[in-house]
Amino acid sequence: MLLVQLRFWLYFSAVHSAMRNVNLILLASLALVSIVLFLSVNLRGNLQFVLELRVVKLVALVQVAVAVAISTIVFQTITTNRILTPSIMGMDALFVLIQTVLVFFLGGLGFAALNSTYKSLAEVILMSALACGLFLPILRHTTAMTLMLLGGIVLGVLFRSLSSLISRLIDPNDFAVVQSVSYADFNTIESNFLPPFLILTLVALLVCWKLRHVLDVFLLGRETAIGLGVNWELYAVGLLALIGALVAASTALVGPVTFLGLLVVALAERIVGTQRHSQMFIGACLVSITLLVGGQTLLSHVFYNAVPLGILIEFVGGIAFLYLLFSRMRA
Amino acid sequence: MIRIDNVSVSLSGTSILEDINLELPRGGITALIGPNGAGKSTLLSAIARLLPLTAGSITLDTLEVAHAPSSELARRMAIMPQDNVVAGRLRVKELVQFGRFPHHRGRAGPEDHNAVREALQLFDLESIEERFIDTLSGGQRQRARAAMCYSQGTDYLLLDEPLNNLDIFYARELMRTLRRVADHAGRTIIIVLHDLNHASAHADRIVAMREGKIVADGPTQSVITPNILKSVFGYEIDVKTIAGKPISLHFL
Ligand SMILES: Nc1ncnc2c1ncn2[C@@H]1O[C@H](COP(=O)(O)OP(=O)(O)OP(=O)(O)O)[C@@H](O)[C@H]1O
Ligand SMILES: [Mg+2]
Repeated sequence: MLLVQLRFWLYFSAVHSAMRNVNLILLASLALVSIVLFLSVNLRGNLQFVLELRVVKLVALVQVAVAVAISTIVFQTITTNRILTPSIMGMDALFVLIQTVLVFFLGGLGFAALNSTYKSLAEVILMSALACGLFLPILRHTTAMTLMLLGGIVLGVLFRSLSSLISRLIDPNDFAVVQSVSYADFNTIESNFLPPFLILTLVALLVCWKLRHVLDVFLLGRETAIGLGVNWELYAVGLLALIGALVAASTALVGPVTFLGLLVVALAERIVGTQRHSQMFIGACLVSITLLVGGQTLLSHVFYNAVPLGILIEFVGGIAFLYLLFSRMRA
Repeated sequence: MIRIDNVSVSLSGTSILEDINLELPRGGITALIGPNGAGKSTLLSAIARLLPLTAGSITLDTLEVAHAPSSELARRMAIMPQDNVVAGRLRVKELVQFGRFPHHRGRAGPEDHNAVREALQLFDLESIEERFIDTLSGGQRQRARAAMCYSQGTDYLLLDEPLNNLDIFYARELMRTLRRVADHAGRTIIIVLHDLNHASAHADRIVAMREGKIVADGPTQSVITPNILKSVFGYEIDVKTIAGKPISLHFL
C-alpha cells in the first residue's frame, strides 16, 4: 500500500514539476473554464437528467481529445517530424473502411446489433495490427517526409475510395449507417462505446507518460536512439499498435477529424516552448480539451450550431497544415 | 576487444562488406582510413548494431552485439554517426545530457550532471551551452555531437569522421583530447579519418579499407607506407618522416 502511495506520489511530483511552466497553468485554467461552461451554460429542465447527459458527453469529448493528442504526439515522435499525423497518414480512413466492410457483410441491422464491448475490442486489435502491418514497413524504409506524405496520401485515398466503392454496393438503408460513421459529429456521440475506449485511453495515457523519457530519445532519430540503448524496433512496433488503438478510440466516438491532431500539437508546441514529452503530453491534452469542449460550448450556445465543430476544426487545421508545410519547405 | 568474424553486410541487394575478419584490441586509438565508399561507415554502423549483418558475428568483450540487450551495449559503447542531423529543437547542453540516458533512463543524478559538465568543458562548449543546435556553425555542432558521445562514459567510442567541418585548431584539439581520453581514462577509440596525417600523428593502429575489404591492419608506422597507400587510394603518395611521424604528402 505504501509502495502504491509512493509511486503515485512520484507520478504526481513529475506532473507537478512539468507544471512549473507558466503557460501550462494558463492552459489548464482555460481547459477548466471550458469544462465548467460546458456543464453550466443554459441549464434548464430536469437538472439531474440534463446534467447527467452533459457529463457523459463531456467525458466522451475529453476522452477523444486526449486520444487524438497523445496518438499524434507519439506518431510525430517516432517519425521525427511535426507535420504528419495518424489521420493525415490515412489511419482514420482505415477505421471507416473497417466499419463499411462490417456493414457490407452484416447489414445495417446486424451492424447495430453487435455487442459494443466485443466490437470495440475487435476494432482495437484490428487497428493495432493494421497500423503495424502498414506503417512499420514505411517507417523502416524511410522517415523522409515527402515519401511518408506520399505514402500516407496514397493509403488514405485508397481506403476512402474502397469505402465509397463498398458503400455503393450496399442497400440504401444500410448506407445511412455508413454515412453516420464516415463523418465527424460532435453532437451525437456513440456513448455506448464510451466505457471500453475510456479505459483504453487511460491505459494509453499512463503508458505514454511512463515512456516520456524514452520518447524524448526517440525524437533524436533512429540511429542516435539505438546508440543510446533504446530498442527502436520493439518500441516502434508497440507504439504504432498503441496509435492504431487510439485512432480507433477517437474515431469510433466522433468520426474522422483529419486535422485536429495536427492543430492541437502545433499549438501546444508553440505554447509550451519545448519538445520534452512530459510537457508536450500535458500541453497537447489541455489544448485539445479546450478546443473540443470550449469549441462545442461556444458553437452550440452562441452560434446555435450554425457550423458543426468538425468542419470548423478541419478548416482551421487544414490552414495550419498548409502553413506548416510551406514554412518547412522554405526552411 | 572487438572481434569481427566473417562479417558480410548487404544493403538493398548489393554487397557492401565482404567477409571481414578483424580484431580491434582494447585501449588506444585505431584509425579507419580508405577512399569514399570503401565501407568505413558501414563497418562502424555494423559494430554499433545500427545495421543488421548478412553473415558473421561481432563481439564486444564478452557480448555478442546482435543478441546483447541494447541498453547494456549503450553503457559500453557510444557511436557518433557520420552525417546525422540532430532532429528536434535542442540546446547544446540538452543534447550532451542525452548522452547520460543509458545510465539513468530518465532521472539524471549528480554523477550525470558532473559527466555532462566535464564533457562540456573538455570540448570547449561552455560558452555556447545554452545555444540551440540549429543555430551553431558546422564545427560547433560537430563538437557538441562529440561531447554527447563522450558523456556517455563508455569504454568504447566509435567516431565517424568527427573532424568534418573542424578548423585546424579544433581538429588538433579534438585529436589531442581523444589521445588524453585514451591514455588516462583507458578508453578504446575507433575513429574514421580522411586526414592521413591526423591518423599518423595521433593513432596507435590503422585499419585501411577499400571496396568493402580490409587492405591493411597494423601499427601506424607499418601501414602508412607508399606501397600500402597506393593499394588503398590508387595513386603514388610520398611519405616523409617528420618529428618521428610518417607524414603523407598526399596533396602533391
Ligand atoms: N543504404 C544503402 N543502400 C545501398 N548502398 C549503400 C547504402 N549505404 C551505403 N551504400 C554503399 O555502400 C558503400 C559503402 O558506404 P560507406 O558509407 O560505408 O562508405 P564510407 O567508407 O564511409 O565512405 P565515405 O568516406 O564517403 O564516408 C558505398 O558504395 C555506398 O554507396
Ligand atoms: Mg562514411
